[in-house]
Amino acid sequence: MLRPALLVAALAAAFPVYADADLDALRAELKEMKTAYETRIQALESRLQQAETKTEAIAATAPAAEPAARSSSSFNPDISLILQGKYAHLEKLDERGITGFMAEGEHGHGGGGRGFSLDGTELVISASIDPYFRGYLNAVLVDESVEVEEAWFQTLGLGQGLSIKGGRFKSGIGYQNEQHPHAWDFATNNLVYEALFGEGYVQEGLQMKWLAPTDTFLEFGGEIGNGSAFPATNNDNNGFSSIALFGHVGGDVGVSNSWRAGLSWLRAKPREREFDGHDINDVEVVGDFSGKSRTWLADFVWKWAPNGNATQQNFKFAAEYFRRDESGELACDDADPLDPSLCIGGLAAPFSADQSGFYAQGVYQFMPRWRAGYRYDQLFRGDVAFNGADAGATLGSLADYDPKRHSLMLDYNPSEFTRIRLQYSLDKAQQGVDENQFYVQYIYSLGSHGAHKF
Amino acid sequence: MKSITTPIASAALLALAAALPAAAHADLKVFACEPEWGALVKEIGGAHVNVYTATTAMQDPHHIEARPSLIARARSANLLACTGAELEIGWLPVILAESGNPAIQTGQPGQFLAASHVTMLEKPAALDRSAGDVHAAGNPHIQTDPRNIARVGEALARRMAELDPAQAVVYQARWKDFSTRWQAAIVRWEQQAAPLRGLPVVVQHKGFPYLENWLGLKEVAVLEPKPGVEPSVGHLARVAAQLQATPARAVLRAVYQSPRPADWLAQRAGIPALALPYTVGGNARASDLFGLFDDTLDQLLKAAP
Repeated sequence: MLRPALLVAALAAAFPVYADADLDALRAELKEMKTAYETRIQALESRLQQAETKTEAIAATAPAAEPAARSSSSFNPDISLILQGKYAHLEKLDERGITGFMAEGEHGHGGGGRGFSLDGTELVISASIDPYFRGYLNAVLVDESVEVEEAWFQTLGLGQGLSIKGGRFKSGIGYQNEQHPHAWDFATNNLVYEALFGEGYVQEGLQMKWLAPTDTFLEFGGEIGNGSAFPATNNDNNGFSSIALFGHVGGDVGVSNSWRAGLSWLRAKPREREFDGHDINDVEVVGDFSGKSRTWLADFVWKWAPNGNATQQNFKFAAEYFRRDESGELACDDADPLDPSLCIGGLAAPFSADQSGFYAQGVYQFMPRWRAGYRYDQLFRGDVAFNGADAGATLGSLADYDPKRHSLMLDYNPSEFTRIRLQYSLDKAQQGVDENQFYVQYIYSLGSHGAHKF
Repeated sequence: MKSITTPIASAALLALAAALPAAAHADLKVFACEPEWGALVKEIGGAHVNVYTATTAMQDPHHIEARPSLIARARSANLLACTGAELEIGWLPVILAESGNPAIQTGQPGQFLAASHVTMLEKPAALDRSAGDVHAAGNPHIQTDPRNIARVGEALARRMAELDPAQAVVYQARWKDFSTRWQAAIVRWEQQAAPLRGLPVVVQHKGFPYLENWLGLKEVAVLEPKPGVEPSVGHLARVAAQLQATPARAVLRAVYQSPRPADWLAQRAGIPALALPYTVGGNARASDLFGLFDDTLDQLLKAAP
C-alpha cells in the first residue's frame, strides 16, 4: 500500500529536471491512484473490523474452538536416535579392498566385521533457531568417540528460492550422497560411493542453493569447503580446497510416476593424501598422492506408486554414474622396512588415473511392510599410469581389474520406525576373490524422526 | 538530449504505472496439502487464486513422498493451506526446508494450518509409539465434519484477505455466500442423517471420529490393530469374532485405503463395506465439498436400518 506513495517520491527525486507538463500529468495520475488506493484500504479496514466484531460475537456464544494446539510432544529441538547393527556372515579375509582404485581407507570396504557388530548410533538434533535460521546436528556414537557427521545452519528467510548452508554437511552432489546409512536401501554401501568417498562426501564450508521459480523442479547449487574428506585433503591454507557444483531437475509423469535427475562436479586438490596398497608380490606399501582430482557424477531416480499412493505398493529405481580423473605425483615406500617392496627406498613418480563406474538398483514394495531389492555395482578401472607405465606393473592393488558386486535384499517394516533386513551379496571387488556375503540388519528410529528426502 | 530522454522516461513511467495495479492484482498462489483445503480456497478465492493441490483423494496424506514437483510448487506459493496436527509430518518439513520460500515457513502468516481452528478429538493421554502412529495434537482427520469446514473456512477467508488485501472484499463476499449455502446444507444433511444416530460401525483406520461425533455413529471396532499399522489376519479374525457379540451395520474406509481388509470383514459379517470419498475427488460425486458430504451421507444411509 506504500507503493504509489514511494513511487511518487522516487520519481520526484529522480526526474527533477524534466518537470514539464507530461510529468505533471503523470504526477496527478499517480496521486489519483494513491487516493483511490487509500479510500479502498479504508473501506477494507472498516469491513474487516465489522467482520471481526461479528466473529467475536459468534465466539462469545458458540463453544470456542481451541487455540493452536500446543502439545507436550512438540519439543524444541526435535531429537531422534537411530539404533542400527547387523550380523554378517563373511569369509575370512586378511583385508578387504577395491582392486584398481585408490579408495578411502578409513571406513574399510565391506562395512563392519564378521559376526555381530553395532553400526554407528546416530543422534540427530534439529530445530528452527529463530525466524531466520535452522540448525541440525547428526552425531554418530562409536566406541570411545563421537563422529560429527553433520553440524550446520541453514537460512530460512532469504527468499527468491535461495538458501545458504554452512558448517559441516553432506554435500549436495549425486543422489545417495546426502543420505545417512540408515536411509540406504541396502545394508552395505555401493561400490561407487565406497571408491569415491568412503561413505559419502562431507563438506566443511558453505553451500548455496537456488531453486528456480518454475513448475518443473530445477535446482542449482555450489559449495566451497576445506577439503577435509577424501578425495580432497585439508591443506592448511586460507581459501578452500574443494569446490562442488550441482544441478537437479525433476517432476512428475502423471499421478503415479515421479523422477529426479542430476549432474554434479567436484574439484579437489589433494596434498599428501594417504595411500595404502601392495605391490605385485603382495608386499604392503604406504605412500601419498598429491595432485588434482576431478569427479563427475550423473544421477537418476524414478519412483512409481499406483495413483501416487505408496502405502500398498511402490517401486524405486536409482542409478548413478561417475567419472574421475586424477593426476599428480604418487610417492610410495615399504610399509615395513624389513619387508622390502618394489617401492624400496622410496619411489616418487607421476601418477594419473581416468576411472569410471556405476550402480543401478531397484527396490519394490510388493505388499505393505515388505520390500525386495536388487543392486548391481560395477567399476571400470580404466587407465591408471604410474612411473611412465601401467600402475599394475608395480602395484598389485592398482591392477587392471574391474570390480563388481551383485546384492539382493529383503526387508520387513512392521512400522515406519522399524526395519529388519536380509541381504545377500556376491562381492567381486577384489581381484581373485568372489565372496558370498550374508547380512541381517536392524534399523530402529526413536523419537521425532524427521522426514526423508525424495 | 532532453527531447529524447523525456519521452522515454515518460514511457517508462507509464509502463510502471500500468504495471502497478496489475502486480497488486496478481493471483494469490496457494499450495494446498489436501484436496479439501484446496477446494475451500477455491470456494473463497474464485478466479483470484491459483491453487495447487499437493495430494489426491487416492493418496494417504500421512505417507507422501517429498517429490521434486511439490518442492517446485511450494517455492512460489504465497499461502500454504494444510491440516497440521502432524498429519503431514512425514513430508512437509522437507518441502518447507527445500522450498527457499520464507513466506510459508512455520509461524508466518503464509502458513495456514486448519487443525489450529477446530476442537481436536482423541488427544492421546500418553504419548508412546507403542500405541501406534498417534498424533500429539489429536486426530488430524478433521475434514469429515462439515462444521469443521465452516470453522476452518472462516479463518481461511480472513487469512486470505490479510495476505491479499486488494481482494479482501471479494474473499469476504464469496465466503459469506459459501457460508450461507454451507449452513443450509448442514441443516439438510443433519435432517437426512437422523436415522444414522447410534448406528454401529467398524472403521478400517481411526480416521472418522469427527464424522462419528457429528452424526452420532457408534464405532465398535477398528481394523488396524494400532493407528497406522496394517490390519493383520489375526486381528481381523478377532474383530470378526467380536462382531458376533456386538454387531455393526457397516465397515467404513477411505477410498485411498486397501479394500481387502474391509471387504473381507464385510463379507464375513454380512454387512456392507463402504468406501467413503473422505475428501474432494474421492469419487465422481465428491467433485466439490457439497458433493463430498452428499455422497458420504447417501452411502451411510444405505446401511441404516
